[in-house]
Amino acid sequence: MNIGILALQGDVEAHADTLARLGVTPRFVRRAEALETVAALVIPGGESTTMSRLIERQDLLAPLQAFAAERPVFGTCAGLVLMARDPGDPRVTSLGLLDIEVSRNAYGRQIHSFTTTLEGRATGPVKAVFIRAPRIEAVGPEVEVLLTHAGHPVLVAQGPHLGCAFHPELNTDPRLHAWWLKRAGLLDPRESAA
Amino acid sequence: MAEALLERLNEERHRVKIGLAEMLKGGVIMDVTTPEQARIAEAAGAAAVMALERIPADIRRDGGVARMSSPDLIQAIQEAVSIPVMAKCRIGHFAEAQVLEALEIDFIDESEVLTPADDRYHIDKWAFRVPFVCGATNLGEALRRIGEGAAMIRTKGEAGSGNIVEAVRHLRQIVTDIRRLTVLGEEERMTVAKELGAPYDLVCWVAEHGRLPVPNFSAGGVATPADAALVRQLGAEAVFVGSGIFRSEDPEARARAIVMATTHYDDPQAVLEACRGLKGAMRGIELTEIPPGQRLAERGW
Repeated sequence: MNIGILALQGDVEAHADTLARLGVTPRFVRRAEALETVAALVIPGGESTTMSRLIERQDLLAPLQAFAAERPVFGTCAGLVLMARDPGDPRVTSLGLLDIEVSRNAYGRQIHSFTTTLEGRATGPVKAVFIRAPRIEAVGPEVEVLLTHAGHPVLVAQGPHLGCAFHPELNTDPRLHAWWLKRAGLLDPRESAA
Repeated sequence: MAEALLERLNEERHRVKIGLAEMLKGGVIMDVTTPEQARIAEAAGAAAVMALERIPADIRRDGGVARMSSPDLIQAIQEAVSIPVMAKCRIGHFAEAQVLEALEIDFIDESEVLTPADDRYHIDKWAFRVPFVCGATNLGEALRRIGEGAAMIRTKGEAGSGNIVEAVRHLRQIVTDIRRLTVLGEEERMTVAKELGAPYDLVCWVAEHGRLPVPNFSAGGVATPADAALVRQLGAEAVFVGSGIFRSEDPEARARAIVMATTHYDDPQAVLEACRGLKGAMRGIELTEIPPGQRLAERGW
């Protein structure tokens, strides 16, 4: 089964290495045609403004939204910002997949980037790397909050979609990717994400 | 000590620094000298900007001592954009680096483009919470910088030349050096570490993994979309563009084109589209026109 990674800019390789640990084949998506060959899509970390400009210039917005109407999307950091209904910044193109409001770089510049361990019922303990991370300021009624940090949601799901403010892929920790794929029926529930 | 260096590379504090370098992959980092240029770069799709008083081509022309940029200028650029802002300090000038850290710059470039402050030693980059990028012309130089705590390596190329030949030379050298290590017998590694002038434990790490332990970007001489596609295909994970954008006749269009070519580097049709309709690139300098003593890539120890 092919899982796509939106490979316009960002930590695409880290997501590919993480997905490979689940025995799925990562496929880089740079054009609308490539969306037809994948069952689900990861939007990586990186710069949400850079990805927004490339999405606009290649007319990828409508194909991405059409894809997401039928298939699951998982975004980390910049990916979460792009998925937000309100990305909190006119420079970012919203895919509108998660009913959340975010503010970009809300934890501060790079010197305020940090690592912490979070504990969630659905996830167990997760080592979370926050890099110039976005903060989720508000969530809609249909959004499920799976992890929080300092009173703010940092891992949220809505329908088949998952959004994360930190970077599980930087630790090549495949458990959140596995949880997302299993919930969509794209990964055998017995598959252990060691 | 060997284990200690590898452990240091794996510490959370250092992983967070390398993490930002990971986020810049596949992107273009553009030199800017004003807040207005920074906004143009961001709107064009830059993944980060490098805040400078003078672009390398002007530093080369003006001569004199090139130092860290004014904090007021850097701050004005930080306030103008939402993407990461980098700035340069002189080789070995840890006090300039401390000032940049106090400014909360996102990445410090300990750069050969500025006049070196120390003719023997580079900065102890482990002492900082802000990540550093350093230039390299070969694997030994790259591993010395990583051993000092750099979280990203970039080829030096020849800054301000608009000539890609040196970036290609350095990138090929690093990639060839890495490939060679992966086929060596274990008994050969120590002698090669001595020849490279590189920490032995990092030589072993590279031999076993076939890559650098931090992201490897390219800089120095990129002037066209095809230049960006070239260095990406040669193994650069992202591209720094210095004088090439704001020294050209149409900075906005050229910046957009280089961003597009950096993403679609292995798709000639897309690079062709990116090249169309651009006005003149920066003029550039043939390398033989630069006297040996004035080549910036030679700075660094």
